[in-house]
Amino acid sequence: MNDSQATAAAPEAPAADEKIAVQVRNLDLYYDRTVQALYDINLDIPDRKVTAFIGPSGCGKSTLLRCFNRMNDLIDDCVIEGKIIIEGKNIQKKKIDVAELRRQVGMVFQKPNPFPKSIYENVAYGLRIQGINKRRVLEDTVEWALKGAALWDEVKDRLQEPAFGLSGGQQQRLVIARAIAVQPKVILLDEPCSALDPISTLKIEELIHELKEDYTIIIVTHNMQQAARVSDKTAFMYLGKMIEYGVTDQIFTNPQEKRTEDYITGRYG
Amino acid sequence: MADGGDKNMTDLNLGHHISRQFNEELEDVRNKVLQMGGIVEEQLEKAVGCLVRGDTELAREVVSSDYRVNMIEVDIDEECTRIVARRQPAASDLRLVMAVIKTITDLERIGDEAKRIARMAQDELAGTMTEDVRQEIEHMGELVREMLRTILDAFARIDVETAVQVVEADVKVDTKYVSITRQLVTYMAQDPKMIPEILNILWAARALERIGDRCENIAEYIFYLVKGRDLRHLSKEDELAEMSAAAKQGKESN
Repeated sequence: MNDSQATAAAPEAPAADEKIAVQVRNLDLYYDRTVQALYDINLDIPDRKVTAFIGPSGCGKSTLLRCFNRMNDLIDDCVIEGKIIIEGKNIQKKKIDVAELRRQVGMVFQKPNPFPKSIYENVAYGLRIQGINKRRVLEDTVEWALKGAALWDEVKDRLQEPAFGLSGGQQQRLVIARAIAVQPKVILLDEPCSALDPISTLKIEELIHELKEDYTIIIVTHNMQQAARVSDKTAFMYLGKMIEYGVTDQIFTNPQEKRTEDYITGRYG
Repeated sequence: MADGGDKNMTDLNLGHHISRQFNEELEDVRNKVLQMGGIVEEQLEKAVGCLVRGDTELAREVVSSDYRVNMIEVDIDEECTRIVARRQPAASDLRLVMAVIKTITDLERIGDEAKRIARMAQDELAGTMTEDVRQEIEHMGELVREMLRTILDAFARIDVETAVQVVEADVKVDTKYVSITRQLVTYMAQDPKMIPEILNILWAARALERIGDRCENIAEYIFYLVKGRDLRHLSKEDELAEMSAAAKQGKESN
């Protein structure tokens, strides 16, 4: 193993003042029990920063993202080995309350998926299933979450209208409002802008920038310029392996691994 | 885990993009820099020629070719802007575009310095120079011309090892400049009536020295392009040490 391989294998040492939100250690993942999709992933994701996962289709970035709130539990015969530590707990353990984990680690998908309910009820839903029904609390939280998702001014006069009446970009911000209403620690964004126009994309990116004040954000994106614009750290994955993980500025100006360089510059290896 | 090893830093694979059009754009921009370098090289050769031999016809050619350098600089600048806007280059592509933008600024200034030398030479400085000063200036001119030739060669091959030679050569040029200055100051003290002419010779030597510095700047851009490290504003010793170490490392990995 040469020096650069050693660097890639070990998680990059966090800066002295950097708090770690998610620790991944020796993570292997198999679909159908035998088909390995992730190989020995080691990663320290900093608290209240934006971390982007980039890489070609099928490299395992969405698979890795879904590990952070155990969405892969929904896939039959998906086997995960290794540790993922969030808030001091290994979330892989069986006794972990998965519903509570998913409250702490919210997720937003590629296509906006509002519930077939009103704008208000979409945001209040997470609170209602936690048993919170006080009107005042719900109203305050809905307003707070919609403001946090930079949607309040656009919908405050039509909160009872169906969420499906919103544009794609507004629906995506509504889904983000729904995620932050339950005050998670981490927000996972799986290609949140791939179905949006450039202006809606910029609004979501601006929102991501604001949200990182309070939340740890992990974003999977195929748009490398987006990763360069919004993230503090970037991880490049290839064929289920973490090839390079580092500060975004460095990854996009002077990557250390040839495969990272080839990918972000659009070269064939 | 990462089983591919690190990239061969000297092999930037600039022509290996999936987009052939992007390859062509980058290649085109590099060729234009070399074309610009060729014109500037010619300007410098003629400027030094007219300075030491008093050929005023050459001086006129240097002055009149300056517009070509300026035009090509603007053209390359526009092409780089288009590449940034359309391609959003990253990593070594981005460093190449940045290095090109900076390199052409220095090349254009080298052209300006050559023009300055030529203008002074039109005042028939050669006639006022003593033989020892003329020889010193000629030697300095040869050193600087060699630096420019070498740095253009280093840019064409994107080669740190060749760029190091230019930084080393600049030390010699600086020493030569100090020695010429000392000599000219002595002459000024001996014959104050000649001060205006001697000052012109001094300005010409100064222009040559500045050209050496600009070649060194280009060496730093080449280093930045290949290694991603900015060496500007380091002491000459530190810069040379780092460049030489990197060049040696590159040689070993090949």
